[in-house]
Amino acid sequence: MKGSLIIIGFFLLGCLCGYNHWIPSDLGQSGVSYYVLCALMCCVGISVGNNPQTLRNFRALNPRLMLLPVMTILGTLAGCAVVSLFLTQRSLTDCLAVGSGFGYYSLSSIFITEYRGVELGTIALLSNILREIITLLAAPLLVRWFGRLAPISAGGATTMDTTLPIITRTAGEELVVVSLFHGFVVDFSVPFLVTLFCSL
Amino acid sequence: MFVIIAIMLTGMGLGYLFRKHQAAFIHKVITLLVWTLLFLLGIEAGGNEQVIQGIFTIGQETLLITLAALLGSVIAAWGLWRVVNKGEKEDKR
Repeated sequence: MKGSLIIIGFFLLGCLCGYNHWIPSDLGQSGVSYYVLCALMCCVGISVGNNPQTLRNFRALNPRLMLLPVMTILGTLAGCAVVSLFLTQRSLTDCLAVGSGFGYYSLSSIFITEYRGVELGTIALLSNILREIITLLAAPLLVRWFGRLAPISAGGATTMDTTLPIITRTAGEELVVVSLFHGFVVDFSVPFLVTLFCSL
Repeated sequence: MFVIIAIMLTGMGLGYLFRKHQAAFIHKVITLLVWTLLFLLGIEAGGNEQVIQGIFTIGQETLLITLAALLGSVIAAWGLWRVVNKGEKEDKR
């Protein structure tokens, strides 16, 4: 939660600087953010490859629960497809690209800004931060209404880090491995799905 | 676009090669890079008149997309939860 607030803080600070022209706003078009994004992706890759222990833990998993990431992805995309019918000014792929962030706001918003412009990038950022915040706040209700897998699905890509504590508290300690596995798979799908929907 | 995915896969290979040396600092680097990127995104959004003028519509669209995405995923999870529980009951019989 604190992490997301700091992120929003940096975003708002940037907005203020851009709005008041304290920093020339064509900095964004100069391609600096693309190189920073490349550096970020390299670091994300290193942190995944550096920790083979995560992968080893997944062997003890109930094979049926391995389907959960697939359900999350399909459910999210279905929801976005339905809502795109009501948002006449947004295309289907716009909505699908925003939804494929699965709460991974930093990466998805930057990707989408790069390929679809700053307006949709801002929507992606806010939407995915909101997804994380709603998961953190509504986890107990989600368990009551939709069963113990619901907060994991709602958390999307964040279930291996930021939303893990609330999930273990509300859905139960025994679902930790499911949550980690789910976060890992969904996290990994974000760059692929967002790129896919942006290029369609 | 595929350049970025290729860079991530290269990073994974590097991380795996050096898995004996735990690179704890990498998480700090990631946080720092994320902050930088979001700051840059903010500059672009704040300097864009279309975004500033459309902030109300953007907020509405954001809320709708998020709620739809959440509802879809949660319903799918509910379906799987029912299937898993049913399967376990049958296994016990």
